[in-house]
Amino acid sequence: MPDTSDPTAVFRAERVCKVYPMGDTEVHALRDVDLELRAGEFVVLLGPSGSGKSTLLNILGGLDVPTSGTVRYRDHDLTAYDDAELTRYRREHVGFVFQFYNLVPSLTARENVALITEIAANPMAPDDALGLVGMGQRTAHFPSHLSGGEQQRVAIARAIAKQPDVLLCDEPTGALDVGTGILVLEAIERVNRELGTTTAVITHNAAIAGMADRVFHLRDGRIIEVVSNAAKLPAADLKW
Amino acid sequence: MSMLDRKLARDLGSMKGQFIAIALVIACGVAAFVMALSTLTSLQTTRSGYYNSQRFGDVFARLKRAPDLLAERLAEIPGVLRVQTRVEMEVTLDMPDMAEPASGRIISIPERPGRELNAVYLRRGRWIDPDRTGEVIVSESFAKAHHLQPGDSFRAVVNGNRVGLQVVGLGMSPEYIYEVRPGELLPDNKRFGVMWMNDRQLSELCDLEASFNSLSLRLARGAPMAEVLRRVDLIIEPYGGSGSHDRDDQISHRMISDEMKQLQSMATVPTAIFLAVAAYLLNVVLARLISTQREQIAMIKAFGYNGREVGWHYAKMAGIVALGGALLGIGVGARIGRGMAVMYAKFFNFPQIEFQVEWWQVALALLVTLGASGLGVFKSVRHAASLPPAEAMRPETPPTARVTWLERFGLMRRMANSSKMSFRSLFARPLRTALGVLGISMAVAVLVLGTFSEDMIRYVMESQFQRAQRQDFTVTFAEPADLSAVDEVRSLPGVQRAELFRAAAVRMRSGHHHRKVSLMGYGEERRIYPVLDMQMQPVPLRRDGVHLSATLAEQLQVVPGDTVRVEVLEGKRRHADLIVRGLVDDFSGSAAYMRMEGLWDLLAEGPTLSGAHLSVDEKDLGRLYQRVKDTPLIAAITSKNAIVQSFRDTMAENLLRMKVFIVAFACIIAFGVVYNSARIAASERSRDFATLRVLGYSRQEVSRLFLGEIGTLLALALPLGLLIGYGFAAMTVAGLATESQRFPLVIYPATYAFALCVIGVASLLSSLWVRRKLDELDLIAVLKARD
Ligand SMILES: Nc1ncnc2c1ncn2[C@@H]1O[C@H](COP(=O)(O)OP(=O)(O)OP(=O)(O)O)[C@@H](O)[C@H]1O
Ligand SMILES: [Mg+2]
Repeated sequence: MPDTSDPTAVFRAERVCKVYPMGDTEVHALRDVDLELRAGEFVVLLGPSGSGKSTLLNILGGLDVPTSGTVRYRDHDLTAYDDAELTRYRREHVGFVFQFYNLVPSLTARENVALITEIAANPMAPDDALGLVGMGQRTAHFPSHLSGGEQQRVAIARAIAKQPDVLLCDEPTGALDVGTGILVLEAIERVNRELGTTTAVITHNAAIAGMADRVFHLRDGRIIEVVSNAAKLPAADLKW
Repeated sequence: MSMLDRKLARDLGSMKGQFIAIALVIACGVAAFVMALSTLTSLQTTRSGYYNSQRFGDVFARLKRAPDLLAERLAEIPGVLRVQTRVEMEVTLDMPDMAEPASGRIISIPERPGRELNAVYLRRGRWIDPDRTGEVIVSESFAKAHHLQPGDSFRAVVNGNRVGLQVVGLGMSPEYIYEVRPGELLPDNKRFGVMWMNDRQLSELCDLEASFNSLSLRLARGAPMAEVLRRVDLIIEPYGGSGSHDRDDQISHRMISDEMKQLQSMATVPTAIFLAVAAYLLNVVLARLISTQREQIAMIKAFGYNGREVGWHYAKMAGIVALGGALLGIGVGARIGRGMAVMYAKFFNFPQIEFQVEWWQVALALLVTLGASGLGVFKSVRHAASLPPAEAMRPETPPTARVTWLERFGLMRRMANSSKMSFRSLFARPLRTALGVLGISMAVAVLVLGTFSEDMIRYVMESQFQRAQRQDFTVTFAEPADLSAVDEVRSLPGVQRAELFRAAAVRMRSGHHHRKVSLMGYGEERRIYPVLDMQMQPVPLRRDGVHLSATLAEQLQVVPGDTVRVEVLEGKRRHADLIVRGLVDDFSGSAAYMRMEGLWDLLAEGPTLSGAHLSVDEKDLGRLYQRVKDTPLIAAITSKNAIVQSFRDTMAENLLRMKVFIVAFACIIAFGVVYNSARIAASERSRDFATLRVLGYSRQEVSRLFLGEIGTLLALALPLGLLIGYGFAAMTVAGLATESQRFPLVIYPATYAFALCVIGVASLLSSLWVRRKLDELDLIAVLKARD
């Protein structure tokens, strides 16, 4: 387990539980999860379906709140936040990438990015963000004219254009083939490396774990193992 | 432009068909609102301005003859500001351009225009020169109908004197804005006209020197009307006063007020219907849009847009549609209003009608529209604003289909599975389906409501003129005449049958209710003027009791068997209690009937007659007209055919114009609802339809399924619409009923059929238009999309 007093910690979650009431029964999505993410770190969350990965990521991203336990982002206590404060937290600090891209179909690639940079304090130019993920040539295209991988790279550009402190990706390659998946991962890797953005990536794919500084293994709502990689593999060298 | 606004613009663009349909529905409601309201206020301001400038009276009364000095006593009544006495006389006119005699009313005016009440507004020509005889100012509408110019002349019988009249001016008066012969509904400017003559000359002609037979008062603001009327009646009673009345019983004033009342209900009822339908459509379209954009909303929120920003985004979308519709409606409403003002200028004699749409009416229209749309989309917008971002990442659970209760009763056992699919999908959202049905039925109802008045008029015309009033002419005598008049009437050229009558002005009382009416006395045998009961059967009139028209009985709150107090307002002014023997139809307005002999008893004078209904041989018309003009006994002759014809002409024109609008408006509702329902059904079910196509269903089979769904909606909506339309019509008829006029609720099957056909066809076309989209269904894309 990492040192709980690490001064470089960006996130610190303690005894986090998430219980969903389901009629008469309850679903325990997370049980007593402790975790710390450090500044600039690249982590991967691995685990079978239903193990609580998305739930954990959503809580870190301020999309959801735990049933019990505390989550701190630097010196903010996210668990004490109300809806408006969580919204501001997301607006100022977090970038998301979702499995199904979630682009606005009526906006072009550049406009999809601009939609987010408009409300950011210190954004980069949308074209630069698109350039960073290798989409500089397709800025005027609508999502329906882009392939899945291209759409996902636009989604990454959108997430990073605001220069967030943390980048949270929920199965960013889940809907993509190998080659395209690697392009997307390269984009994420580059953002992490060049902008120093703390990055968490959920995946089912154990091969992707090779890129990470640390890998969290989840099962039944618990972190059962944390593996630190001595040497990170570049995305281009991943194989699955 | 912010990116959210850009998204908004593009979303609006990609759904423009649906949004335009909604905007059109809104435009209809707003157009009705603005039209009615602006016309109403224009009419109000025009009338009150005219009343002020011409000093329209507050109280009116007719009497037989009173010395001019009586005016001083009238002026002493508390609250009376000004007294105007004058001479008024019903006359027969011999117009050079018409064989048939016309009738008119001559009113005295002072030597010089001054501060007199009900002042004549001189439109052309000059005032009367008191030193010349026979000069008159004639009403402009009568002059127009006869192409009279200042300098023209015609002949008249005034109080039995044949005189030549010379037109010196054309004018109008606030008392005759609606210039209609007493007892008739629509003006007939060829056969009735008002004219004004120098006071002294008219008095001489009428043997009323230094006297008057008509008066008008102007009261101080807040004067106690009932008390003033009571005192006036006390003073004029000995002089043959037949009861004073206020503006509400002044025919012209009342007709305009009735028109205003109708405009008022037009500003509310149709507007409410259209805006309610629009609110419903906005609601379903926006709810659908938001549910298809759940993931976009979630993403936008995940990135830090707050609920207010997201809610505002969708509210703006609805707002733009509402605003667009409202602006279009304001424009259209102003145009129709202008058209109405032109039509009113034909019916009402105003110096000019100033039509204007006021800024507050525009503001109110916008406010009402935004309010209604706001109510419509409130729920959807709040839903979008409060959608939790994490929740929205997972697809929405589809509405749970159930085995419907209809199926449980085995109704659908033999239905194809594919039809079950349509049926269940309608039942999966019962509220939306019900409201959609209601929306389409509103289109049918609006059509029934808008066109049934034609039936009503046709029915009234047919029953009134073919069954109740079968005379060709009615003549009225200048004065009550003795029985020698019978022979005189019977010997008129061409007369085949004459049914004489005596009419007396009376006041009927029951408890604290009272009404002034004419009590009609008829002979025993009535073939051309049978008085009919509510079942259209002739009633046996009684010598010892009265029959009341249904409206009158209601006003007096009496039923057959009750007793009413009858106060005669002429002659010996006797009072008597009479039993109500039965009710009769209302075609002639508030009226009471009894046998002539009974009326004579009541009047306590010998047998006298007021006039006769005639059936006449067409061949002798020319000679008849000539004789009538030369017979001092006869003050006026009215031709039934002329009334019917002018009624038909004016009504036909107005009804046709209205019908065009109403059909257009109803079709817009039908189109709005059906098109949007179909679009939503197509979008919600595109996956099902694509699946069926992939599984081997043909295009025709799939579109039959789709049309089946719309067809089910229609099958429910059309009959419901007829029912609602009937209800609206009943409400309208109740609202139209005035003191003197009541209309039966009659809707012919053809009207229902017309409504069904128009809405059926409009709906079918709208859904066929959407059906084309199904043919373009991109099977792969639809199945791949994660909706
Ligand atoms: N809104 C919710 N209501 C009820 N149960 C939920 C809800 N969200 C998640 N769950 C349950 O919580 C558990 C963890 O869900 P979570 O989405 O975190 O899993 P996951 O690890 O992301 O799985 P996957 O790899 O399939 O995405 C699951 O059993 C899931 O059914
Ligand atoms: Mg997940």
